[in-house]
Amino acid sequence: MPRCHILGCPVLSPAELTSSRNHLGRLISHGRGHFPGPEAVGTRTVHFPAPAGDRLGRRSSSKRALKAEGTPGRRGAQRSQKERAGGSPSPGSPRRKQTGRRRHREELGEQERGKAACEGRRKRDERASFKEQTAAPKKEKEIPRKEKSKRQKKPRSSSLASSASGGESLSEEELARILEQVEEKKKLIATMRSKPWPMAKKLTELREAQEFVEKYEGALGKGKGKRLYAYKMLMAKKWVKFKRDFDNFKTQCIPWEMKIKDIESHFGSSVASYFIFLRWMYGVNLVLFGLIFGLVIIPEVLMGMPYGSIPRKTVPRAEEEKAMDFSVLWDFEGYVKYSALFYGYYNNQRTIGWLRYRLPMAYFMVGVSVFGYSLIIVIRSMASNTQGSTGEGESDNFTFSFKMFTSWDYLIGNSETADNKYASITTSFKESIVDEQESNKEENIHLTRFLRVLANFLIICCLCGSGYLIYFVVKRSQQFSKMQNVSWYERNEVEIVMSLLGMFCPPLFETIAALENYHPRTGLKWQLGRIFALFLGNLYTFLLALMDDVHLKLANEETIKNITHWTLFNYYNSSGWNESVPRPPLHPADVPRGSCWETAVGIEFMRLTVSDMLVTYITILLGDFLRACFVRFMNYCWCWDLEAGFPSYAEFDISGNVLGLIFNQGMIWMGSFYAPGLVGINVLRLLTSMYFQCWAVMSSNVPHERVFKASRSNNFYMGLLLLVLFLSLLPVAYTIMSLPPSFDCGPFSGKNRMYDVLQETIENDFPTFLGKIFAFLANPGLIIPAILLMFLAIYYLNSVSKSLSRANAQLRKKIQVLREVEKSHKSVKGKATARDSEDTPKSSSKNATQLQLTKEETTPPSASQSQAMDKKAQGPGTSNSASRTTLPASGHLPISRPPGIGPDSGHAPSQTHPWRSASGKSAQRPPH
Amino acid sequence: MGGSGSRLSKELLAEYQDLTFLTKQEILLREVLDNETGSERFGDCLRQHSEAHRRFCELLPQEQRSVESSLRAQVPFEQILSLPELKANPFKERICRVFSTSPAKDSLSFEDFLDLLSVFSDTATPDIKSHYAFRIFDFDDDGTLNREDLSRLVNCLTGEGEDTRLSASEMKQLIDNILEESDIDRDGTINLSEFQHVISRSPDFASSFKIVL
Repeated sequence: MPRCHILGCPVLSPAELTSSRNHLGRLISHGRGHFPGPEAVGTRTVHFPAPAGDRLGRRSSSKRALKAEGTPGRRGAQRSQKERAGGSPSPGSPRRKQTGRRRHREELGEQERGKAACEGRRKRDERASFKEQTAAPKKEKEIPRKEKSKRQKKPRSSSLASSASGGESLSEEELARILEQVEEKKKLIATMRSKPWPMAKKLTELREAQEFVEKYEGALGKGKGKRLYAYKMLMAKKWVKFKRDFDNFKTQCIPWEMKIKDIESHFGSSVASYFIFLRWMYGVNLVLFGLIFGLVIIPEVLMGMPYGSIPRKTVPRAEEEKAMDFSVLWDFEGYVKYSALFYGYYNNQRTIGWLRYRLPMAYFMVGVSVFGYSLIIVIRSMASNTQGSTGEGESDNFTFSFKMFTSWDYLIGNSETADNKYASITTSFKESIVDEQESNKEENIHLTRFLRVLANFLIICCLCGSGYLIYFVVKRSQQFSKMQNVSWYERNEVEIVMSLLGMFCPPLFETIAALENYHPRTGLKWQLGRIFALFLGNLYTFLLALMDDVHLKLANEETIKNITHWTLFNYYNSSGWNESVPRPPLHPADVPRGSCWETAVGIEFMRLTVSDMLVTYITILLGDFLRACFVRFMNYCWCWDLEAGFPSYAEFDISGNVLGLIFNQGMIWMGSFYAPGLVGINVLRLLTSMYFQCWAVMSSNVPHERVFKASRSNNFYMGLLLLVLFLSLLPVAYTIMSLPPSFDCGPFSGKNRMYDVLQETIENDFPTFLGKIFAFLANPGLIIPAILLMFLAIYYLNSVSKSLSRANAQLRKKIQVLREVEKSHKSVKGKATARDSEDTPKSSSKNATQLQLTKEETTPPSASQSQAMDKKAQGPGTSNSASRTTLPASGHLPISRPPGIGPDSGHAPSQTHPWRSASGKSAQRPPH
Repeated sequence: MGGSGSRLSKELLAEYQDLTFLTKQEILLREVLDNETGSERFGDCLRQHSEAHRRFCELLPQEQRSVESSLRAQVPFEQILSLPELKANPFKERICRVFSTSPAKDSLSFEDFLDLLSVFSDTATPDIKSHYAFRIFDFDDDGTLNREDLSRLVNCLTGEGEDTRLSASEMKQLIDNILEESDIDRDGTINLSEFQHVISRSPDFASSFKIVL
């Protein structure tokens, strides 16, 4: 029997075991005299405890109990007999077990009611038991000292404890019940932090719950299962601890957290949201960088042919002289152009190095997976953003409430920002009031309309103009590229013009938008849309011009190919060499070569990125920092107040910055296929701009006057990013699918199309049946049905979501009706229910009562007893979350308990009364 | 003070981590808040604890900075209110009152302080945030937001300046509108569930109901 005890609590150390044995002794004594609870409740099982164990006091107690109830628990009786038959190794243990079982029985009755309540006390009991076990009488003195609530629970907990140690003898359902309880406790522990209780309460609750779990989870499972269970529990605990440590570690690892929080407290969440976005972008780019560097650049550098071995990896003779000049390198010409940073450097060998690494294949797959990964990550973060806000469509219904309850940004820790915030909240209040009052009144609608049309016309003119300008400049640059001795400006004209347009158009748009007289928020949206259109237009004109260039180069390719061919032919066949000695191969620098258009495109994007970065930094330095310095220091000797008046300090332009970031990312996506090094440059750019912009914001910007919230536009930005990603995917996909790669550079040279590399791999490296499967999958007969299926799925999901939102609306109506019905009830009941704002979900106290009813139904024994229990022992709120919410209510709502639960709760009443009567003196004492 | 004696015990720390949305570093950092008196800030206490505990300690007078006493110590509101993070907040008094567990409601213990930070932390659930927001806005602590509460709330939001105050008619209009939107059962007050109903639809409540120390 001791064995099973050990098995029962495998988690316990030897010391604990002995202590628990002692504890059993003590338990018995409790059972005997003190604890009316167990006796009374345990009446059914009464007959068995007495015999084997305690000869003296015990018997009397059991007799008493017998008298009290007289209905023996059948099962318990049988068991006890069995046990007796089995023999008791020590006088103590059987006694222990029996009491344990008895308690356990009773416990089964009570469990639900005081689940939480009981468990926590165990430890204390145990401690107490040490002292008590020596002499039974002693405990009598000790108990009174304890709190009533504790006393009340003690019997139960100790019974549980003993039942746990009784191990084997537990029946299945008992086990199941304990298991359930333990699970509930665990849930409670997990959700404790989201309970609105003061810390002290949470602490006691937590400790109780933990102790309970620790104690009883060992009792679960039988025989071998126990060990396994204990092991699992141990592992689970370790795992929780590990997870927590890991979380701690993770939060420590988030970069720039303090910087961003600093900014957050000065400028509110909107400015910080830009930096969070920047950080997110940095993370995404790091992954892309890892992909490209790990799978393409590093293998090429390590295992590919070295520089100078073949023409595509060598600087041509004509450029050799200047190839190392800084001005040339800065333009990504010379040695940089013939390096692994660009497409042209890669060889079309199928496998490289001793690993037989399939580089062209890897290059292609990485190019695809860059887009794949970006798509997935953007969509995922969009989805997680939308998850939080469920009622997006409903937000119109709560304009005033939102302004009232959610407009304050608690992060603001700067009094200046706070003043701005006060002002902006006041204006928004006034605006919305005015809107409400005059929503129907429209003054001079014709003039407004005319102005808006005019403004849009002007802006479209601007957009077209900028588009044409870019097209013109790109065309001109193609002419420049053919000429020799072009100046620095002529070389970089495209980038300069694009950057200047990006700098000056948005303010111009803003000025024009003043004509329209929109509401600020609508105005902001228009502004964002227009800037987006501008950037997009510029990017696409640039691409179109570039495409023209590419086609031109492709047309020339044929002639160059012939020239190369002839050069080589002439070289090897020319006379003057001894026929017997093979000629040394032509030096790679001398081989004439085509104008690898892929590298040219890559270089364009590279330059664009770098110049964009520089322009951004210079704008920040001049526009923000110098302006701030000027305002700050010249203010001492100026005729008007510079800080409040005209120049003042710059505000941080969130939308502009975010859009800039998005478009920069678009360029990276487009360019990374042709210039694998581009992502590396971008990572550097993001890193520096993180530090630089953080510094600039803190040093030279002032908080917004019109502080607007971040998160609302967060998904908007993500949506823009997704759009840009899609738009940048198009040209790349077009070039891959429909342009022939250059004949003498890049990993796909010599192939008809770039994607041929896939086919080649499938044919050569996979078994033939796989090739067939792929061919079958690529069949339009299969693809078109698949697309149709997707459309159907979209249609279906769409209609489902519509019907769900309809159901939602109906439920809302129902709630309203319910509330009205309930209000009439309320007037009858008075304020009884009104009090519990703390724990009862107010939404419908009717619901609450219903909930309680169901609760009572599901957990019969708890029904009647919980009341007696909770009234007294509510202090350390012990029950699980569900009962927690309802319990306080039960205190106030005795009426709500329907008599109908009687049958459901079965034996509950029969137990209550004995309990009450028996425990009358000690347990039912009032709490105070 | 030095040595392990002045650290929060591991068990306590683990429990605090279970009970709040804070990480270990944050809890520790938070304790030193009580005395912002220059050099003393960098006392022993600072080195021993980190975030929460440290910030809390800063608020305490020198003699109370050992862990044992700092856990028991009560920090009066004036000192809490002087925290830079709360200085500009129009609800600072309310926040302190709501989180205070002392009988007189005039001081915060370390545990109250942790509660506060936990609720205002990044990872706290919207439910608990809105619960406490409701209690903060419920100026008379009667469990519902009535017109009186709402007008005090508006006054808090519009600041003390005369020019930013709303006129009486504007105020009435505003409160009428709010009640019309949020008071589902039309009993003239907004209760917790109605409040949470509204808040749960707000896209940016959870992101702005944050305080970072």
